[in-house]
Amino acid sequence: MTQKNRIGGGLIDQNRSVQFNFDGRLFEGYEGDTLASALLANDVKLVGRSFKYHRPRGIFSAGSEEPSALVTLREGAYSEPNARATVTEIYDGLSARSQNKFGSLNFDLMAINDLLSPLLTAGFYYKTFMWPAVFWEKVYEPIIRQAAGLGKLSGAEDPDRYNKGFLYCDLLVIGTGPSGLMAALTAARAGLRVIVADEDFRMGGRLNAERYEVGEMPAADWAAATLAEFMSMDNVRVMSRTTIFGAYDHGIYGALERVSDHVAEGSGDVRQIAWRIYTKRAILAAGSTERSIAFGNNDRPGVMMAGSVRAYVNRWGVAPGKRVAIFTNNDDGWQTAYDLQGQGVEVSAIVDSREQTTLLPPKGVRVVLGGRIVDTKGRLGLKKIILSDGQDVAADCLAVSGGWSPNVHLTCHQRGIPVWDDKIVGFVPGATLPMGMAVAGAANGVMTLNACLQSGLDAGNSVVEALGRTVSKSKTPKAQDEVSAASAFWYVNESKGRAWLDLQNDITAKDVKLSYQEGFRSVEHLKRYTTIGMATDQGKTSNILGLAVMAEISGKSIAETGTTIFRPPYTPVSIAALAGRSRGKDFRPARLTPSHNWAAEQGAVFVNTGAWRRAQWFPKEGETHWRQSVNREVLATRASVGICDVSTLGKIDIQGKDATDFINRVYANAFAKLAIGKTRYGLMLREDGLVMDDGTTARLSEHHYLMTTTTANAVSVFRHLEFCHQCLWPNLDVQLISATEQFAQIAVAGPNSRKLLEKIIDPEYDISNDAFAFMACGDITVCGGIKSRLFRISFSGELAYEIAVPTRYGDSLMRVLMDAGDEFDVTPYGTEALGVMRIEKGHAAGNELNGQTTALNLGLGKIVSRKKDCIGNILSLREEMVRNDGLRLVGFKPVDPAMSLNAGSHFIGVGAEAKTSNDQGWMSSVTYSPNLETSIGLGFIKSGDQRMGEKVRAVDLVNNKSVEVEITSPHFFDPEGGRLRV
Amino acid sequence: MIINHPLLGPRDATEFSYLGDASLMHRPEWQSDDAENQFYEYQYLRDNKAGIHRELWYHEQGDRSWLVVTRNTLTHEISSVELASDVARREGRSR
Repeated sequence: MTQKNRIGGGLIDQNRSVQFNFDGRLFEGYEGDTLASALLANDVKLVGRSFKYHRPRGIFSAGSEEPSALVTLREGAYSEPNARATVTEIYDGLSARSQNKFGSLNFDLMAINDLLSPLLTAGFYYKTFMWPAVFWEKVYEPIIRQAAGLGKLSGAEDPDRYNKGFLYCDLLVIGTGPSGLMAALTAARAGLRVIVADEDFRMGGRLNAERYEVGEMPAADWAAATLAEFMSMDNVRVMSRTTIFGAYDHGIYGALERVSDHVAEGSGDVRQIAWRIYTKRAILAAGSTERSIAFGNNDRPGVMMAGSVRAYVNRWGVAPGKRVAIFTNNDDGWQTAYDLQGQGVEVSAIVDSREQTTLLPPKGVRVVLGGRIVDTKGRLGLKKIILSDGQDVAADCLAVSGGWSPNVHLTCHQRGIPVWDDKIVGFVPGATLPMGMAVAGAANGVMTLNACLQSGLDAGNSVVEALGRTVSKSKTPKAQDEVSAASAFWYVNESKGRAWLDLQNDITAKDVKLSYQEGFRSVEHLKRYTTIGMATDQGKTSNILGLAVMAEISGKSIAETGTTIFRPPYTPVSIAALAGRSRGKDFRPARLTPSHNWAAEQGAVFVNTGAWRRAQWFPKEGETHWRQSVNREVLATRASVGICDVSTLGKIDIQGKDATDFINRVYANAFAKLAIGKTRYGLMLREDGLVMDDGTTARLSEHHYLMTTTTANAVSVFRHLEFCHQCLWPNLDVQLISATEQFAQIAVAGPNSRKLLEKIIDPEYDISNDAFAFMACGDITVCGGIKSRLFRISFSGELAYEIAVPTRYGDSLMRVLMDAGDEFDVTPYGTEALGVMRIEKGHAAGNELNGQTTALNLGLGKIVSRKKDCIGNILSLREEMVRNDGLRLVGFKPVDPAMSLNAGSHFIGVGAEAKTSNDQGWMSSVTYSPNLETSIGLGFIKSGDQRMGEKVRAVDLVNNKSVEVEITSPHFFDPEGGRLRV
Repeated sequence: MIINHPLLGPRDATEFSYLGDASLMHRPEWQSDDAENQFYEYQYLRDNKAGIHRELWYHEQGDRSWLVVTRNTLTHEISSVELASDVARREGRSR
């Protein structure tokens, strides 16, 4: 193993060797290397194939802007596609693979796409896959899916753990180059609580990539010393490997910390943390990103950004080539030549697009002023460049500098629009910044070292002053301002071969021209039509080239052309990190009923109803189908007694002198005269007149009520009542408390329910039919003094009660009832049996209270009081809502009792065609009734109440089923309700 | 977003549920002559403002206060937060 391009020096530890694997070959690098620097050290230049044309691609940059060197990291379930090699730290045992190749990386079968490129230009999806329509699902989509997306997901569940976290600070400093460090230092020394974040694992930004001096020491040393000072201060939190990916409302920032991506998979506790950082102020010191110049075949492995080439030499001690040529339109490109030569790397030529410069040519280097590169050669890697005069220059690496673009991204996250600055030839932040944000250094268009330090100091002091601390008179450490003249030169018009703008999406200058020709001329249209600037790099190196080409064709300036708006995230954030621990069973908390453990011991089958887990049925030995269990539970309850945990129903405790008045206004039916010790059914409307919810409300004393709601609407009804009280009638004397979780409530239903309850209710309470009639309620005690409440209400249609005890007694109450009920063969029943019995009784439930139905639809029109003001009263009287021929809830029985019914079926006249214009309504609930020994259903049908005995078809087109049914009363079982009152 | 609750201080917006325009507090009188039309306008018609908007938020994961929040819909800047019950009383609602 040799690292033939390792030239020594830099900020890596050459005593610490690291072994890693790329495409099945073992390589060595050093601690401090990225995958990109280590591959370059090992002379690996071809690292992947491009998105559309499968062209050979290499490493283009040295940072998070990388468009080209995307690889798949790790193996199996741990694998991560489309990782940028330039920001991937290597560790012992890291395995990485190139992507988007069919066959080998050196000989990619899909490279034929490159020859077909005339077919794959801008907008090719829209043009190619238009017709015929039947080809969409079967032909085009599989092709697109096969070809799209570069790397592949493993398809296995992510085995890593992720966290979410919350941080608070006075000042967040984003980026730790010269301006960020200076700003943070200023604020930290003034005593502010500061968070300093940088995406890199080695903080210091360009200070680590350049050979400048700060404070009379190497810039990287000054950065390290400053960071060491931060580490010693209690008021500073230093966060490396942390990308601030979004600026949100009110000074909140999103951050992704890569906690253990740099250690062997599975060995870290948590892989990544998505932080939410609450700040009083923020200073964006995100620096700038170098952009490219477009010319013929400028995408070959070996063509790189000039500042990145310099970074590989200076920071990582790696020469990206043996013979490096430079193509620049600005002074900074020359700095690369100086640094390379200073490290003994041969520079074969400097090609500067400008006609003149005062810069001194490095010794022995050919300088071409006013130069243009029109083409490059080398199938799998650069061999030479061709100039516009036809001459060629040997080079295995070409360092390109098209100037530097300020990293304004986070300034745009709150509607900020960058403005063009002719002096630095780039977009700088506009006047509208996110609340509390200031921008310092290169991100603000300050492009030289000393000026950046000063910019950071000034920004820091402004925050110190704004937050009421004392501004110190300290100055910046000593530093120089380097040459930085820039010019606007974007692409070589006379190029032979395709001039690439966006390496990640394979977009050429010609694609932009085509987009213009076809009318997609605004920058936002350009982006979507060509896909320029999309995907993982979001066009950090390429966007400006696309704008420049568009500007030139349309004869406008770049300032007039404008830029697309940057949105979060700044760099990709995995969904797993955003989810944190909220996945699987922890996606949201499960609510368990008080008798859950008991039900689990009985082998209950549970069903999720919202967040609740409820017992659905209780299978007994020998029962092979759920229907057997449910039928048994229903028949046993109707024959003797059944019990069911109904604690999930919402309970709202309502008290106050005006409680009666309040309840009378929120229910549509009359409540003003409910007697103490009585319970009443209540129907609640929304203000638009549709039914919101129903339940029962018990009057416990003069000014004290207990309202129940459906399980599903417990939260929304409570919210609604608080709205009515606080916003509509603030002077009503009434107080509301949710008591849903304070009480365990168990339904005891069936002819023997009273006998069972009498065994556990303390003897001083008389619950005989005379003393405690249907709809009675009251406080009682059970089991020798346990306070409880008893309600004689019935959802099942049987003689029934609901008994409530403090939640902590719920489990034992269930066990006590089961023991005491042994002599009656007491049967626990679940939500299915509950549902069967309520359909047999024609009670509406969630399927009927679906937010589209009125009281009249439900057959409850008569109970709505017209004599009082209540929510929904007025709008429920609108003409369309009181039509005599509107939908009515009725019952349905199959004409052939052996037929089953499907919920969701629509009613069509017998002999009529099943189409929308013949639709008369729909079936909302169905069940098999073990009492009637046939399927039955509830449904809404036009004028249903006037059509008893009529036959229609229940048509389910989804399941291709049509059943002839007879319209009946919805009260299938005990329609007179005699069983309730015994 | 952060909502500066008048009783509890700054709280994250995730603790709140949003309802909508604060005009929902001005429920019409049910016995007025054109009650149906008034209720129709109250229920369905809203100004969809780009700019300063008074709206109702409910501190559902908190103290259950309904709040009137004055927010700029363009910038999300919040200029005032009041208890809805105080606003309701001030604006003439009573019983």
